[in-house]
Amino acid sequence: MAEEKKLFKVTIDNITLDVEPGTTILNAARQIGGEVVPPAMCYYSKLEGSGGKCRTCLVEVAQGSTADPRPMPKLVASCRTTVMDGMVVKNITSERVVDARNGVVEFLLLNHPLDCPVCDQAGECHLQDLSYEHGKEGTRYEFKRRTFPKHDLGKYIQLHMTRCILCYRCVFTADQLTNKRVHGILDRGDHAEIATYIEKSLDNDFIGNVIDVCPVGALTDKTFRFKNRVWFLKPVDAHCNCSKCSGKVTLWYRGDEVFRVTARKDQYGEVEDWICNECRFEKKKTSDWIIEGPREISRHSVISQGHYVGMEKPKEPLSEVLNGRQPKLLMDIHSISEVNKPGKQLSMIDGPAHSTDFQSETK
Amino acid sequence: MQPLTNKAKPVDRSPMTFVESLYLWNIAKGMMITLKHFFKKKPTFQYPEQKRPFSKVFRGLHILNRDEEGRERCTACGLCAVACPAEAITMEAAERLPGEEHLYREEKYAAKYEINMLRCIFCGLCEEACPKDAVYLSETFAPANYNRKGFIYGKPDLLIPHPVNEPEAYQQALGNRAKATQN
Repeated sequence: MAEEKKLFKVTIDNITLDVEPGTTILNAARQIGGEVVPPAMCYYSKLEGSGGKCRTCLVEVAQGSTADPRPMPKLVASCRTTVMDGMVVKNITSERVVDARNGVVEFLLLNHPLDCPVCDQAGECHLQDLSYEHGKEGTRYEFKRRTFPKHDLGKYIQLHMTRCILCYRCVFTADQLTNKRVHGILDRGDHAEIATYIEKSLDNDFIGNVIDVCPVGALTDKTFRFKNRVWFLKPVDAHCNCSKCSGKVTLWYRGDEVFRVTARKDQYGEVEDWICNECRFEKKKTSDWIIEGPREISRHSVISQGHYVGMEKPKEPLSEVLNGRQPKLLMDIHSISEVNKPGKQLSMIDGPAHSTDFQSETK
Repeated sequence: MQPLTNKAKPVDRSPMTFVESLYLWNIAKGMMITLKHFFKKKPTFQYPEQKRPFSKVFRGLHILNRDEEGRERCTACGLCAVACPAEAITMEAAERLPGEEHLYREEKYAAKYEINMLRCIFCGLCEEACPKDAVYLSETFAPANYNRKGFIYGKPDLLIPHPVNEPEAYQQALGNRAKATQN
């Protein structure tokens, strides 16, 4: 007979629950859910070994365990600290934690350029959310922000090294999903950067997942680059029969165009299933997919703006009143407007659109 | 029924006398009212020679701003479009090519930018949302047009004149309000 597992009793923000030994504080908090969960920029539950880099998940341990009830002297990273029996953890109830988190956000933003209007990650960026909640209005940093020579990572992935917060998630992704990692973090300290050392493109079948994994806009989808803003797109769950991956994805629609394909992300921004490059970059037609339905987006997210879930469209009564005649449209916007022309498929351009793309189309 | 106020007066239906039927006194009374207005301050503005002064917070036609070197400020971030309650703004972004640095301020720019003035309610939320100081509501209003299609304003209609190449037109486009705040 299997021995009954001893569960550890842990109290997080005055909520007590029993968790299995070996669970980290962060995962215990995630079992509770809600505001108790510390934010995490580098920890990724699907990646082994991730966490412990960004320090945003710092929590205060007010009581180490029942056996040793002394508080831990410093704030601990909740993603790397496992729970002990009788541990009492303070997250948002502790002033020290909130203060420390504000400081961490300020540190993360030291070198992070505030180019959110340009960045494709804006709207689904974890650092944006975090700094919105914890950040200060201005920066106290007076020096030049670090810059890097540009690296080309191939036709699929765009690297913006200045935006990187060195969370190592993409390194773990490449290690654990692909058989050979070709990119990594070079140099150290202020010079540390993501690169391939010798200019090499990332072209493994699963390397596209680094885009989903990146908490900021350092690694973005080149096929989606500057095409549209995420909050104008409508996420739709879809799947396909893919021989390489699960094929479960989210399609991001604007009108009838699929602007980008991503993996499905849960409430913590972590993907549910990894998807392959073919699904992500090559299948940008509705006919490639079996649509399941609109994806639920948290209503606090800017992506949910203008998405009326469960909306009932009122019936157009005019044709009934007019004995079946359709109302005469005085102006079809597409006959005048240059934007979103029906015949033109911006999503079908490989990379970002350039002035040359628009010149050829006006002729 | 009992009247609720004492303002009700019975209508005098007695037949008019001869003097009354000449209406002389009544005509004079009416003319007096007309004459009085000759000497009053006239509220009419002789548009377009004369223009009504706008209030300081008047919100008129949009302009797309340029920086001092004449580069377009707009990066097509979409914040104006998402803030727009009337959904009047649409845009398409493009990446700046090498050699276009003198045209666009950032690596991303609005290749197409359109405001549907038929939809626009001139609330000024786009101006407030803009992180790049790119869109402003000016002191002019959208001129009348015979066709609806004349109200779809594209980038050529919206962009402010180039401050280096056309300094006079640029100064004019800045308007009085901008000058007053600059000094």
